[in-house]
Amino acid sequence: MAHIQLKNVTKKFGNHTALRHLDLDIADGEFFVLLGETGAGKTTTLRIIAGLEKPTEGQVLIDGVDVADWGAAERDVALVLQQYSLYPRYTVRQNLEFPLKSKLRRVPDAEIAERVARVAKTLRIEHLLERKTDKLSGGEMQRVSIGRAIVRKPRVFLMDEPLSALDAKLREALRTELKNIQMNLGQTFLFVTHDQIEAMSMGDKIGVLNHGHLVQTGTPNEIYNNPKNTFVARAVGSPPMNLIDGKLVSGRAVMAPLNFELPYEGAANGNVEGRALTFGIRPEDLVVESGAPVEAKVHDVENHGVEKILTLRVGDAMLRATVPAQTHLAIEDAVRFSWNPEKVVLFDQKSGNSLKHAG
Amino acid sequence: MAAVQTSGEKALNRVAIVAVLVITLIFLAPIYWIVSTSFKPRNLSTTIPPTIVFTPEVSPFVKLFTKRSQLREPPTAEEYAAAPWWERMVFDGGEKVVRDGKGNVQWSAYPNRFMNSLIVAITSTVLAVSMGTITAYGFSRFRVKGEADMLFFILSTRMLPPVVVAIPMFLMYRAVGLNDTHWGLIILYTAFNLSFSVWLMKGFIDEIPKEYEEAALVDGYTRMEAFFKIVIPEAATGIAATAVFCFITAWNEYAFALIMTNRRAQTAPPFIPSQVGSGLPDWTVIAAGTFLFLLPVAIFTFLLRNHLLRGMSFGAIRK
Ligand SMILES: Nc1ncnc2c1ncn2[C@@H]1O[C@H](COP(=O)(O)OP(=O)(O)OP(=O)(O)O)[C@@H](O)[C@H]1O
Ligand SMILES: [Mg+2]
Repeated sequence: MAHIQLKNVTKKFGNHTALRHLDLDIADGEFFVLLGETGAGKTTTLRIIAGLEKPTEGQVLIDGVDVADWGAAERDVALVLQQYSLYPRYTVRQNLEFPLKSKLRRVPDAEIAERVARVAKTLRIEHLLERKTDKLSGGEMQRVSIGRAIVRKPRVFLMDEPLSALDAKLREALRTELKNIQMNLGQTFLFVTHDQIEAMSMGDKIGVLNHGHLVQTGTPNEIYNNPKNTFVARAVGSPPMNLIDGKLVSGRAVMAPLNFELPYEGAANGNVEGRALTFGIRPEDLVVESGAPVEAKVHDVENHGVEKILTLRVGDAMLRATVPAQTHLAIEDAVRFSWNPEKVVLFDQKSGNSLKHAG
Repeated sequence: MAAVQTSGEKALNRVAIVAVLVITLIFLAPIYWIVSTSFKPRNLSTTIPPTIVFTPEVSPFVKLFTKRSQLREPPTAEEYAAAPWWERMVFDGGEKVVRDGKGNVQWSAYPNRFMNSLIVAITSTVLAVSMGTITAYGFSRFRVKGEADMLFFILSTRMLPPVVVAIPMFLMYRAVGLNDTHWGLIILYTAFNLSFSVWLMKGFIDEIPKEYEEAALVDGYTRMEAFFKIVIPEAATGIAATAVFCFITAWNEYAFALIMTNRRAQTAPPFIPSQVGSGLPDWTVIAAGTFLFLLPVAIFTFLLRNHLLRGMSFGAIRK
């Protein structure tokens, strides 16, 4: 049970800045996902919270207490890493027992056995208990790593891309499992990933990290529907948001250089008219229908089962649109499309910031 | 297809096998010489050409372990009959076993020198390897100011041929009373081996992912506990390889042992050639002493062979 706060945390490695003025607030019991590309500073953030790394500047608070002087052992966090987190010479059982046998915790033997048994059951690894960990498959290893974190009942769980080394099926299964575990335990999770689908599907809240800078935090919905800038718009969603440069001219979106027009109904507050903008529209909000105002060629069709993702060619730009799976379209077919004007997000073309967030 | 060998490759393989055999034979020849000499009667030990076929006997070992003196006249028949089998062998060689006033057999100094060798080699190996491991861990895991310079300095202590400092060392040792003591040699050999041990162990510890220890730290263990519970077992292979190298260096060292010790702490290498027998050199006794001296390294290496096979590849193959 814990409330984690980072206040103005900066971390420098030599003259390379990994994190800049990071403010993060993770409520008790929240499943918080930190999303970012490689090198964004995700692992560094986790290591700072775990006490394995000292911030160059700023504070880490756990339940309101500044933990600057606490070692990793005293912070009582559990850390699950992408790899190398199991002790290779130990059996699965010994790995699970290891954190409970620390002098700091002094758990009685009977309770150790009981807790290990319960965790093994939850994660369905009972049959592996006496095996050496270096002989396990990737999925089994990650189950054991997660098990080693949950036997301990730590104050907070820190997970550094625990699923990224697994194949897609297993990843999906463990995703659901982890989410269930979190809901049952009701504990604070900080989960790090570069996979936006993982972030969207698991997080109560998402923080988007870009080059050591926390760009936006919010619920998956807020992040998805109302990205703070074009970076977030591109980072979240699969396929990502379409971004088209243009201008607002008397209530219509006039694209340039693409040279087509679409109606825009949003409240155009004041000085938006004529300013260089970027229009953001999600693929599912592009409507492909005959009689729509803009013409395009079908460049590619991807069948995803429940739906198809079209790549439309307009001039030399590519736009993505999702259509129901029944739609029959072939490559190079001519189609017409429009958008759902209510769902359009406006960004300033120069800064990339959403006009809504700018106020 | 990769597993199938062409006839050319096969021929090459055969040549390689023959070459390896020849080289092995060349290397084993002196060892065979020593071992066979240590079982020869004295009169066959220096024949030219060397005697290959002979009836082996253990008299060289009897002589190695006993104190003997030259016989002025042959033993009387009763003396000869009363003597145990091994003493007769000494009589046969024209010598007699020295006994004290109570008739107890006097031992030669060899067992004692052998013990000295064991004490010095084992203690200095334990010291060099443990200090080397801890130092290497520090360099490997922490940001040390001037790390590269310090590591180079440690390595540079090896660049000087040790014999160059023998005389000053001798004078220093005499001044502090370390001459002819076990600790004197132990300190010396530990110092020789330490730089080597640090470098070798650093390589091995660098290979161990630091995530293991960090996981232990997060799990509620101190750095020290993590070191002993996680790092040491993971580094076992490297420790074994380093220990063998250090042990061999200390065990075989001759020059300093010769200069720094003469009785109490003298090790086997300077002792064996000093016992050239009473009268003419008895090469069979020297060979017997050398043969036994070879055994500990062979046994030590054999016991650690599983670790060594992995360790000698210097972490290239870890599994
Ligand atoms: N110990 C270190 N010394 C120097 N630079 C470091 C160190 N650790 C991290 N960095 C740098 O800090 C930046 C952030 O690293 P971090 O490991 O936090 O990224 P990440 O978001 O976890 O990336 P990935 O998805 O690849 O794991 C990177 O540019 C990295 O090179
Ligand atoms: Mg990382």
